[in-house]
Parts: sequence; C-alpha cells; structure tokens
Amino acid sequence: MPPPRTQGKALRQRLAELRGPGVPAKALDARALAALAANPGCSRRAILDGAGVNKAALAGALGSPSAFGQSQFALTRGNAFEAKVKADGGAELLRLVHEKLDRGAEPPAGASVPDLSAAGPEGRAARTALALREATAAAGTWTLLDHPMLALDVAGSPAFLEPDAVVVHPDGRWTVVEIKSFPMLDGSADPAKVGAAARQAAVYVLALEEVAARLDPAPVVRHRVLLVCPKDFSNLPTASAVDVRKQRAVTGRQLARLTRVQDIADALPEGTCFSPELPTAELTSAVESVPATYAPECLSACELAFHCRTRSREAGAVTALGRSVRAELGGLTTVEDVLAAARGETGDPEDPAVAALRRAARLRAEALGQEAAPCR
Amino acid sequence: MTTVFDPGAAAAEATDAILHDTLHGTARGVVVDSPPGAGKSTLVVRAALELADAGRPLMIVAQTNAQVDDLVQRLAEKSPELPVGRLHSSDADAYDKALDDLPNVRKSAKAGDLTGLPVVISTAAKWAHVKTDEPWGHAIVDEAYQMRSDALLAVAGLFERALFVGDPGQLDPFSIVGGEQWAGLSYDPSASAVTTLLAHNPELPQHRLPVSWRLPASAAPLVSDAFYPYTPFRSGTGHQDRSLAFAVPSDGSGPDRVIDEAAHSGWGLLELPARHTPRTDPEAVRAVATVVRRLLDRGGAATSERSPDATPLTADRVAVGTAHRDQAAAVRAALAELGVTDVTVDTANRLQGREYDVTVVLHPLSGRPDATAFHLETGRLCVLASRHRHACIVVCRAGVSELLDAYPSTEPVQLGTLVKFPDGWEANHAVLARLREHRVGWSP
Amino acid sequence: MSLISTLARLEAVSTGRAQAAATVRHRHLAERPLVLVPLTTAGEAGAPLGALVGTDRDAPRLLVVPQPRDRDLRFAFLAELADVVLPYIDAYAGQVEAAERNETDPETGKRVKVEVELCADAPQLIVPSRPGVDFLRLLGRSMRFRRTAEQDPETPYPAPPRVPLLGRWLTHFGERARVPGSSLLLAMTDVLSRHWATGQSTLEDQHLGALLAWIAPPEGSTGAEAALDAELARDAKGQLLCPPAGPATDPAFDNKLLAPAIERYDRARTALAAAEDGLEADDRLGELTAAERGIRDLVLSRTLPTWEKVWQGLDLLRELPVGAHVEERWTRDRWSFTAHRDRIAAGEPPQPRRDDAVTAANKLASREREQARLEAQEALDDPLVMAGRRLSGEAFTGEVIEVVMAYSESKRPSPRPLVTLRTDDRPHLGERVKVYRSLGGKPQTAEFVGLEDSPGDGALLVLRILDKMGRGKEPEAGSVPEKGDRLCFTLFEHEQRGGPKLPDPEQTPWTHGGPPGEAVAEAADPTTAEDVL
Repeated sequence: MPPPRTQGKALRQRLAELRGPGVPAKALDARALAALAANPGCSRRAILDGAGVNKAALAGALGSPSAFGQSQFALTRGNAFEAKVKADGGAELLRLVHEKLDRGAEPPAGASVPDLSAAGPEGRAARTALALREATAAAGTWTLLDHPMLALDVAGSPAFLEPDAVVVHPDGRWTVVEIKSFPMLDGSADPAKVGAAARQAAVYVLALEEVAARLDPAPVVRHRVLLVCPKDFSNLPTASAVDVRKQRAVTGRQLARLTRVQDIADALPEGTCFSPELPTAELTSAVESVPATYAPECLSACELAFHCRTRSREAGAVTALGRSVRAELGGLTTVEDVLAAARGETGDPEDPAVAALRRAARLRAEALGQEAAPCR
Repeated sequence: MTTVFDPGAAAAEATDAILHDTLHGTARGVVVDSPPGAGKSTLVVRAALELADAGRPLMIVAQTNAQVDDLVQRLAEKSPELPVGRLHSSDADAYDKALDDLPNVRKSAKAGDLTGLPVVISTAAKWAHVKTDEPWGHAIVDEAYQMRSDALLAVAGLFERALFVGDPGQLDPFSIVGGEQWAGLSYDPSASAVTTLLAHNPELPQHRLPVSWRLPASAAPLVSDAFYPYTPFRSGTGHQDRSLAFAVPSDGSGPDRVIDEAAHSGWGLLELPARHTPRTDPEAVRAVATVVRRLLDRGGAATSERSPDATPLTADRVAVGTAHRDQAAAVRAALAELGVTDVTVDTANRLQGREYDVTVVLHPLSGRPDATAFHLETGRLCVLASRHRHACIVVCRAGVSELLDAYPSTEPVQLGTLVKFPDGWEANHAVLARLREHRVGWSP
Repeated sequence: MSLISTLARLEAVSTGRAQAAATVRHRHLAERPLVLVPLTTAGEAGAPLGALVGTDRDAPRLLVVPQPRDRDLRFAFLAELADVVLPYIDAYAGQVEAAERNETDPETGKRVKVEVELCADAPQLIVPSRPGVDFLRLLGRSMRFRRTAEQDPETPYPAPPRVPLLGRWLTHFGERARVPGSSLLLAMTDVLSRHWATGQSTLEDQHLGALLAWIAPPEGSTGAEAALDAELARDAKGQLLCPPAGPATDPAFDNKLLAPAIERYDRARTALAAAEDGLEADDRLGELTAAERGIRDLVLSRTLPTWEKVWQGLDLLRELPVGAHVEERWTRDRWSFTAHRDRIAAGEPPQPRRDDAVTAANKLASREREQARLEAQEALDDPLVMAGRRLSGEAFTGEVIEVVMAYSESKRPSPRPLVTLRTDDRPHLGERVKVYRSLGGKPQTAEFVGLEDSPGDGALLVLRILDKMGRGKEPEAGSVPEKGDRLCFTLFEHEQRGGPKLPDPEQTPWTHGGPPGEAVAEAADPTTAEDVL
C-alpha cells in the first residue's frame, strides 16, 4: 500500500537529499527489483536502492569498485537472438506462446503488433496501457507488445520497467515473455539462471497487474510466463512455461516492505548524503551509518559487496564466512569471541553453544595430535 | 439456499466412491489424497477387507516397519479370522512382537512362505527384493506421497492394479545426493511416487478425503488454509464437540496461561524473548518441558465425540515435536529432570501419521540466526501443527517474523518441475500470523 | 557446516593461513594425470575459445579457436583435443588384468562368478574448478551425436573422425564425476577445499587462485591479503593479474583484448580471401598468421597461470599421506572405466540425451550407496573426520574398563562378551542400537546394552560383542577387546549393502510410462548458420 501523499512527498524529498544535490535517481529496473529479495534483511541496500543511489558509482567512490561487467560477445549474441525470436512480426514467438501456454486457443496468424513509441517513459507507459486495453477488448485476436513500458510503484515513486515482450491472448489474458540467451539443453537449463529469470518476470507480472487493476473488468495476468532460450547448441528458439507464483509472492512482499525505507531514513543522522562527489572518508562514514547484513552471496548480487565484505571482515563477523556458519554459534558473532570461547577463555560453560565449541575444539585438537593414525 | 455440512455423509460419500473405483473401476490405479487425520488408515483397512472378501489377492506396501505392524494389528482387530502374511526382513527384531499373539498372522522373511494368503503386507524396501512370476491382482500403497519414485519402480512390477493413499501435505521424500540432472523428467527417481504415477497416468481417478476427524474445529481451517490452499478440508467435529478442562487452576505463570489459552482456543503460542541461540536453546527446552509438566499436573480432562465422559489427559496422550534429533534429546533430558518419562518426544519425520490429544511444538525457527530451506519446509510445519485432537502449544522465541522477512529468496528453478504449493515461507507466515492471536509471554 | 570445520575456518582467519580439514588425502591422484584448462566464449553454449592440455607440467599443449563462431575452426580444435586426450585414454584401455565379477546366469538365474578383464589403471582428468567439469560434460554432449562423413555422407558439417568418440568419453567422465568419492575427473578447487579450511567462505573457495593463496600464501603475506590480490588485483591495462580459472573469461579481457584481436583476425581473413595475386596473398597470409598468433598469445596468457596453479595444487595434495580406502574406491573407478571401454568396443550407441526411468533410478541408488561408503571410509581413514562424527553423536571413542565373558542362550552357546567402555563422547545410543568397530579392516558388530553409573568423568557404556569371534565356544585370539584397549565404535555401518535389483528397462512398469520401446538412434543436433560477430 503506498504511503499517504504528503508523507510520500516528504520521503521523496528526503531521498533526494540522500542522493546529493543534482544527482539524478538511478532508475530501478526489474533486475534490481528482483534483487531486493536477494538480501531483504539488509537496511543499507534497502535505503540505497530506495533512494535511487547509483551503487556502482558509490562503490567506486568508496575505493571498492564492483566487478560486474558483461562481455560484448554475450551482449551481441543476446541481441541477435532476441531479434531472431521477434523476427517476422513475432510469428515464432507467438507460435511458442500458443504451443506452450494456450493450445486451446486459435493458432496465431497475423497477430497485431501495435506501435508503442512515445516520448519519455511516462508517455511510453501510457501508450502501453492503451495498447493493452485495446488488445484486451479485441477478443479473438493475438497481440504482441514488443518492449512495452510498465510503471510500478516502488516506495512511493514510479519505477519504469521494460519487459522483452507481453502477449495478449485471444481470451484477453496477458502473458509475460522473457527472452534469455542461455541455452535449454535437452529440455533443461541452468537452474540458477532460470530462477533469476523467473524473479525478473515476476516483477513484470506485478507491474502488469497494476495496469490490469485500472481496467474494468480487470484482465487476468497469467502467472505462468514464457521463457524463451536458444535450443541446445543452435540459435533456434525454444521455450518453456515457468510458474512464477512463488516469486511473485516474494517480490510483492518485499516491495510492500520497502516502505520501511522511511524508518531507515528517519534513523539516519541529519545531513547524511551518499553522493559519489563527497570525499571518501565522509562517504564511508555515511555508508557506515546504515547497518548492512553482509553475506558471501552478496558478491554476486550487490555492487557494494566488496566494500561491505571488507568491513565485515574487519569487524571479525563470522557471517563473512557464510550465513550457515552462525547456525550453531548462538549469540557469538565474531571470530575472536568464538575462538576465545572454544579455548575456554570466555563464555558460560552452561551455554550449549559454548559447551559444543569446547567439545569440538578438544576433539579437533585430539585428532590433529594423533598424527594420522586412524583408530582401530 | 444453505445446506448444512454433514461431515459424516461427506466422508462416507468419498469413501464409497473410492471403494467403487477400487473394486469395480477399470483404471489401473486410484489415487486418494488424505489430509491429516482424515481416516486414511481406516480406509486402507476397509479397502483391504473388501478386496479380500471379493477374493482378490492383495499386497500392501507401507513405508516403515512400524506402519506395517500397525496395519497388521488393525486388520486383525477388524477381522480376526482373516489370514494375513507379514513379510519381514531377516534382521533381528524385524517386526513387533505383539504380532506373535495374533493367531491368523503368519510371519516370514520369505515371500514364498506366504503365497496363497489373501493379504500380504510389508515395507516397500522389503517388497523390492521379492521376485514373482505371478503378480498380485491388487496392491494398496500406503503413505504414497512419502514414497520415492524409484521405490515404486522397484515394486510396481509385482501388482496389476493399485490404490495409492497418502497425505500430500507432509514431508516430501528426499535424497542424500544431488539428483538435479533428472529434475523435470516425469520419472525423476527422487520425486514422490504419486508425482511420477500421475505424470504418466494423468487419467487415473483422484479422490480426496474431505473431513479431518482428528483436527478439531479450531485447527482444521488454519491447517487447511495454510497447507492445502487448493484442496480444502473441514473438521469432522464442531466447536462444541470437544473440550479440554483442567482441575487445577492457573498459577498465573506463562506456561499455565498458554495452557489455558490453548484449552480455550485450540492454539497457544508461548513466546520467549528474542535471542539467537543454538538449536538446543536451554530456555526454550525448559519452557517446553515445563508446559508438559504442567499439562500433566493440572489434571487435564478431554471431552470429545468419542465418549460422553471426559478422559484424563495422561502422558500417552501428549507429544512433543521438534525439528532436530538433538532438540528431541534435549527435551527428553529436561523432561526426565522434571520426572516426566512417558511422553513421546520426536522429530517431525517420526511423528508423521501419529495422533495425540495435546501437542507441544518447539518452533523450527525459534532462536535461529538464519532460516534454511530445511527449516522452512512446508511439510515439517504441517506435520508439527496437525498431530493434535484438542490443542497445540507452540514454544518460540520472538523475532521469527523478522527472520522470515530477511530470508533471501534466490532459489534455483528447474524447468518442467511442478511448483510445490504452498511455499514454506508463505505457510510459515500464515501460521505465525494466526498463532500471534494466541500469544502468551514467557514468565516462569 | 560442522562446528569442527567452522572452528578450522575461524582459526584460518585468525592465523592468516588455511587449516587442515583432513589428515590424509581422500582422493586418488594418478601418477600421470591429464590436466585440462579450458576457456569458452561468452554468450554461446559449447563454443570453446581454447585450452591448455597435457600430462607434462613443462610442456602443455596450447589449443586455440581464433574465431570461436567458425564451425570449421571449432571442429579443428575438437579434433586436436581428441588427438591429445584419446591416446592418453587408449594407453590405459590396453593394459588389463584378470578379475572376477558376479553376474546373473541368464539360463539358471543364479549368481555366478565370471572371469573378466579389468584395466590395470585408469586415466585421470583434472580441471581447475567445478565449472570446468560442467564444461567438459557440455563438450561431451555437443560432440557425441555428431556424425562423421563416414557415418553420414550427407551431413552438412561432418565432424572429424575421432570427435564423436571424444564426446562419448567426456560424457562418461562427466557422469562419473557425479559419483561421490570418484576420481576419474576431478576439479582442483573441490579436492583442495576437501583437505584445507580457508578463512573465507565456500563460495569464495571456488576461486582457485584465492584458495591456493590461503593454503600457501607467498612469503610475507597473509592468506587474506594474497587471496584478495588473487581475486581483484589488476594491471595498468585493467586486466586481472590472476585470470579466472575458466572456462568463463573476465569481461574486461573479452572487451579490451580479445574482441580487437578477433576483429583483426577476421579482417585478415577477409583480406586474404580477397587477395588478387600470389604476392598479395603471401603478405596477407603473413598478417593472418600474426593475427592468429596474437590470439594464441592472449589465450596462453589467460590459461598458463591457471595451469601452474593446478600443478601447484597437485604438489600440495601429494604431500598428504594417502587414505587407507582410497585405493579401493579407485578400483571402482577402474571398473567404471573398463565398462565404458567395453561398451564402446561392443559398438553400443552413444549415451542417450536423457536417462530412461530404470537407468536414472539405478544411478541414483548407486550414488547414494557411494555417498554412504565415502562418508564411512573417510571417517575410518581420518581421525579428523571421525572427530566430526563423534561430535555429532554418530561415533565414540573410549577405553575398555572391564570385559565380562557371556554366552548366547541357544543350544550351542556362542560367545557374547560384555564390554564396559568409558567415553567422554555423547553418542545417540538407544537400547539394542548396533555399533561397529574396525577389526583387522573388517567391521565387528556390537549392540548397546545400557549405561552404568559412572563415578568419575564421562559415561560408562556396556556393549555386547556379537560377531567376528570365530565358530567355537571360545572366541578367537584377538577378537575380543581387552581391558585398557582404546576403541572407536561407529553407529554407521562400515560397508554398504547392495540395493534391490530393478527391472530391466524393457520391463519398465506402467507407473513409470511402461517400456521405452525400441531404442532409436539419437539424431545429431541440427546445425544452424552461425551469426558471426
């Protein structure tokens, strides 16, 4: 639920101040929104994303640049593949939608592909909404929306999202299409990549549902999306239906929780600013004023990960070694606390975590002292 | 027009349809989904007796020796004259010695010794070693959702047709090694037997037992909504049919107040202060033990549709459920210190299929610094929250809701696999939201 | 993660060096392994860019695809790879010893012993990291259905003769690598992190350079510093000093170095094709050769550091004494290798795209068995692993306090001595739970009888010994523990029982789709015109 307007306005103002004077908000794309679920417990990430801070620029200014980059080979091939899938008025793409999701419908022939060009993202979003309405009203026909523009309310501000395609079925229901360049080999694909694609598609589903809710009667947005990939080692398209109900529920909940950005912002010291123009020391202390929950998984999901890792290691946090490490350590959270407890220097021996650590330390020492003689 | 829901009639209608399809249908298989306490064992026994009556040779496949022995005893109770074969392993103590007292039950480690008996029962593991030239006409596969696809593959050649019965909401079977390379295949060996069966035979008749006789009216809606959103069921009893009362009044402590809350509403949440703890959180373990001690000390009496008189709440009618074995061991030790010895304390896996008047559950996420897929598994919470006839008391540290919200959701997705619904994360949120209405703070 | 390995990691953080995670080596290392460092092209499945391969640390062979989109060049690379890998495999396929195997006699249905050949040793492939294993599997899949001109004269892009065979072998190695404890194909990062605990996460351990930095940091540097350098340090041109172990390359390398080099190569090729006379062609051929050499140098510069690291890893691993059961597991690898050799010799078709129901179930069952075997054997071979099992209550060590002779209650009483053991461990024992100890390499079974009141520290456990004492009334010498012995019992079994025999694939039951029907030859993947960069 979006916060009341006046509050929303105050928050927008506050977030603009956090970005710094004259720094435009970095538009959140579906990938970034999907990544909200990667570490939803992290306040630092929530406020930086919520405020539209460019985390890559921030990481660079902090002296720990992110290592995300894309090979131009992958980019070229990805674009060529998408063009191939959509060639011919999307004939092949629509055939796949029909085959994988809606066999009962008339096969698509001569689908309409409305022109969605307009000025600016707001204009394109309005044009898309109009096209969706018209397509839904035109019962019995297939419509392909190539790169439509969708607006989604994120913590009070609109984020503009551009799915690869949206298809309106003859019965008026809508399907999100994701085109990816990793292969489907003998019918299966890299589960991590499919998972990421499903989370991204779930964001589009949520955005489409906002559009649908403004129509009467509200059309159905299908919770099975179409994932299109190259088949085996070729560049011929193949596809699979992916059920994104779960990802949609998770992302929906995380988006709703983004209103806590207000609480985080309120807790920040007056004058906090994340502008990359600031001197490193000042910027560092601004970033440090928001708590982070670093875990190694952040390395592949957040631009700021190297910075947070350094800080986490300096603080001796055991979670720098992995979230699971903490499971049996109870209230002990730093390397030195755990080792001191294991050595018997600190800690309450009645605490089962401390007792287990001491037993583990004793067994380990005994095994290492035995010089590789297996017991009989 | 409103019709009054008659649970007895609804259940009888479902059972009749199942038995009709089993005895007179043409399909090779019949699948029955049974939510917790919906009379699955009764159905299995009844189907077995009717098949035997009709002169159809029957083999029964269950998953554990305890389940097999239990079924043998139920059959003998219903039909003492019926000759039953109990096929067992060659290990020592392969079967419950109580079977030795049943005159018409023949036991053997060799299937050959049992040929010709109208009913032969064993575990899937033992059946897998049986060779036969003459397959059985009929089989009943019990707990089919807990059976792995590869286990069904090993025994399916032994029978012509089968009735598959199980609870889809309980714990899924698993494998200790990765089987990702087969994920999405219709016969993925680590999937459940029913998943494979239906993928290959989608036309098989599928039935559902619509009424839980175990879960009270206070519990059925919560369990049905949280764990069976697409296949709802009802309680067979109304709010006024069951009651739990205690002779000794509350001493005002947390344990006593949560007992009273649970006696009154069917649910109780005893919430300890938020803190990260190891699995065997001594405070939570002590709280569980204290609740059990007070349950027994306060002279509980359970009234139900089963008898007009109240039955005393004795130790054998109470159970404690945990997620891990070491937690169960810690609770047992704490109970022993309080002089309680004959209350069942076990993990969710081992409590599957069992029933008590009151259960005390140590919440799987209590005190954890992190949630894992294991602790979020839908079936685990479902088993723990659906073993009771009267009341369920959950002991938990505060902070689980925040822990769930901070849970990173980056699960991989295998193409072609069915999405297991509901998701454990959502089910946990749903259960917690309801439990919070019955919250009692910890004060010893 | 068990607390023992958590402690090891924390100590690594605190000391700045990786700590022991094993006291013996738990994987077989061949005397002459074949090391393979592959690189792939971003954005396309199974498009190799190059590889460094060989059995001689000082003389690796460099294979390069100067234009990875070019099918002919790709085939030339695969043919070259086959020329290196297949002779290496063949050398082992030819050396056999006689062995016996249990088989079911098709006529009597009885189990009989059959004399068969077993390869005396097996080849071993080593890649830098787990994605390398996946890549070999992918290459295997891309090659095994290819048709040679001899098999199918009509095929538009005939594969060189030995390429489909290499595909079948790589598929076999890739599949075997999924079996717990197998060593036919190893990823160096996996083997190293099995034996050392670093001060970083398991995710970060996937980086071979960082992992080695923790295990053997350079003089004057801590593991943490060296690992950070290995992960992130770049030269003035923005290139990583320690290139990724592959097969994926660093995007900065692709964009700044490789793309211009490939462009130059493409231009030179086009120019050569357009040459109008011999003299011009000579010049342009020179340019093409130079362009190709440029790419070769680039690929070498990205693979050589990894090559060195794999061999460094081998050196480190060879310093550990080998675990007692490693040889036994390697023999299973030899059986696996021999069986595949025989399938090829018998003219069987390549492995299908997907396993049928029976094959999948059999593979899963055997992997579960091997996993249990591996866990038991590693614990028996290595006190540090056993310590973890003791911590989790699955094993216990203690001193024998008392032995009381007792006998079974049967017509011919057999010895059933009662042994009282003092232990500080806390095993999860229930009444009549079976426990096992190793007696001359064979498991001896005992059952838990009960606890005795212990006057001092620790617990007093009473066990009844059940077997391995001979057939007589008096137990054989040395078969019964004696007072003062220190023993280690496990709650897990030491040896694995075989599972039930599943039906033959042609007997697949109706529940699993029925018999798969006549095997049809898998069609080769359709070839499509490649979109050139």
